[in-house]
Amino acid sequence: MAAQFLSQLKFKFARESSPDVFLESSIRGKQGWDKIWEKCLALISLFSVSIVFSIILFLVIEALPILSKVGFKELFFSDRWQPTSEVAGFGMLPLILGSIWVTVGALVLTVPLGIGCAIYLSEVAPIRMSLMLKPAIELLSAIPSVVYGFFGLVVVVPLAEKFFHLPVGQSIMVGSFILAIMALPTIISISEDALKSVPKSFREASLALGATRWHTISRVVVPAAFSGIATSVILGMGRAVGETMAVLMVTGNAAVIPHSFLEPVRTLTATIAAEMGETAQGGLHYQSLFLIGVLLLIITMILNGIASFIVQRVHQKNAV
Amino acid sequence: MNTLVLQTQKVSLFYGERQALFDISLDVPKHSVVALIGPSGCGKTSYLRLFNRMNDLISNTSVTGGVYFHDQNIYAKSVDVVKLRRKIGMVFQKTNPFPKSMFDNVAYGPRAHGVFYKNKLQEIVERSLKQAALWDEVKDHLYESALTLSGGQQQRLCIARTLAVEPEVILMDEPASALDPISTQKIEELILQLKQKYTIVIVTHNLQQAARISDYTAFFYLGEMIECEKTEVMFTNPKMKRTQDYVTGRFG
Repeated sequence: MAAQFLSQLKFKFARESSPDVFLESSIRGKQGWDKIWEKCLALISLFSVSIVFSIILFLVIEALPILSKVGFKELFFSDRWQPTSEVAGFGMLPLILGSIWVTVGALVLTVPLGIGCAIYLSEVAPIRMSLMLKPAIELLSAIPSVVYGFFGLVVVVPLAEKFFHLPVGQSIMVGSFILAIMALPTIISISEDALKSVPKSFREASLALGATRWHTISRVVVPAAFSGIATSVILGMGRAVGETMAVLMVTGNAAVIPHSFLEPVRTLTATIAAEMGETAQGGLHYQSLFLIGVLLLIITMILNGIASFIVQRVHQKNAV
Repeated sequence: MNTLVLQTQKVSLFYGERQALFDISLDVPKHSVVALIGPSGCGKTSYLRLFNRMNDLISNTSVTGGVYFHDQNIYAKSVDVVKLRRKIGMVFQKTNPFPKSMFDNVAYGPRAHGVFYKNKLQEIVERSLKQAALWDEVKDHLYESALTLSGGQQQRLCIARTLAVEPEVILMDEPASALDPISTQKIEELILQLKQKYTIVIVTHNLQQAARISDYTAFFYLGEMIECEKTEVMFTNPKMKRTQDYVTGRFG
């Protein structure tokens, strides 16, 4: 998601910085091959947009019937998620809370770590050090999520059992921990870019006033980069909310309302992944899973919206 | 003769292998304005930045010779750069107010040094802005962003920000080069006033400006200091031919 967002950003910048090139190509494209190319490209982009819309449409159509059959109140406020029992319960509250707990836990761990790391890379680290660290951090985002899950299950879960004397180590805490690691590269790289784009003159002005380096970083550099850092956190949050496989493997798969970070839980995403295989197409259970999909879509859309709102606001501010 | 505030003895500056300044010796007396002039790339800004160790921010620089502030070598190991920069403030060529309110800009230095009482801060901000001849223009909107000010006002805000720290010396790196004539005039009047309390070293491209405001002028060329004289002597009767060629506009 972050990558997609970044590519959108780059495209925006490219367009704004070189309007002439775009103007030229549209004039030249009036004849021959150019016109055909144009049409092909338009078709391709239309295709990808239409896929997004058909996914949304599909999700909504499949999910809609359950809203009227079970009712809004039970769906969102009941704590009983037992879609396969005699008296089926479709209360999604435990799943929603599960997602929230795991995500919040992940943020608590990853935000200070990620921002601290970004500050180190952009402000403190000598060039050689950051040349070494950066590829390592990028590697974090290249690891498949199932590998993270596996690592969590084999290494972190037993550690949690030993450390907190838990009968079962799969818990919110472990899920948050794994998600925190997974969200790190997003937060670090976007925050670092934001910090690096703070003008050198601000740093010089602050240091020349006899401020220490730490004071300069905390009072001038970080506030000036705030919107970029906030964006990185929101995108990292999106990553955490949407992650499925790793979370499914380490959080214990219990669809009950949690009361502490040491309890097992089940997130929205994990529910779809775990139960999709055992539902009958068109049944209530099937439809409820689609409703979860719609819910996830809405959450990530809101997060993305906030992020691009912040980016836009910064653009306007810089333009003045 | 006044006491010396700043002094360099045979100071040389290196950017990696490249030598940028060659054996420069110069004295700066108290309450004087010393102008550094010379064509672009002659090392006058690099020289200015020796005095508050701003060149430290560029990796791979090294300094030989002595730079003295009240007879204390500021490149000695025991020197605390943060304390040094409280004593020797700097105003930059490009105006660089922080993206904060005017009040927060001026109060930045005092806050960095541990002044937090609101009354005390207000007093410092008012005094500094008055000294920088900006108070009457901004006193009613101190809490608006500093970026709403004009270029000339921004530069005076930056000067106020420097004054708020109560330094002894103010280094100015072409403070008026990006400003219109009227703003430039205001800055020059300001420098002449500040001279009463502070010692000022100013880099300028504008020879008339150097002639108008400085007591001493030093002419730099290709990393060497060709000549340093009282300003009236420098502009009327320089010893060196190259200085004469430059101040009369034959090259530059």
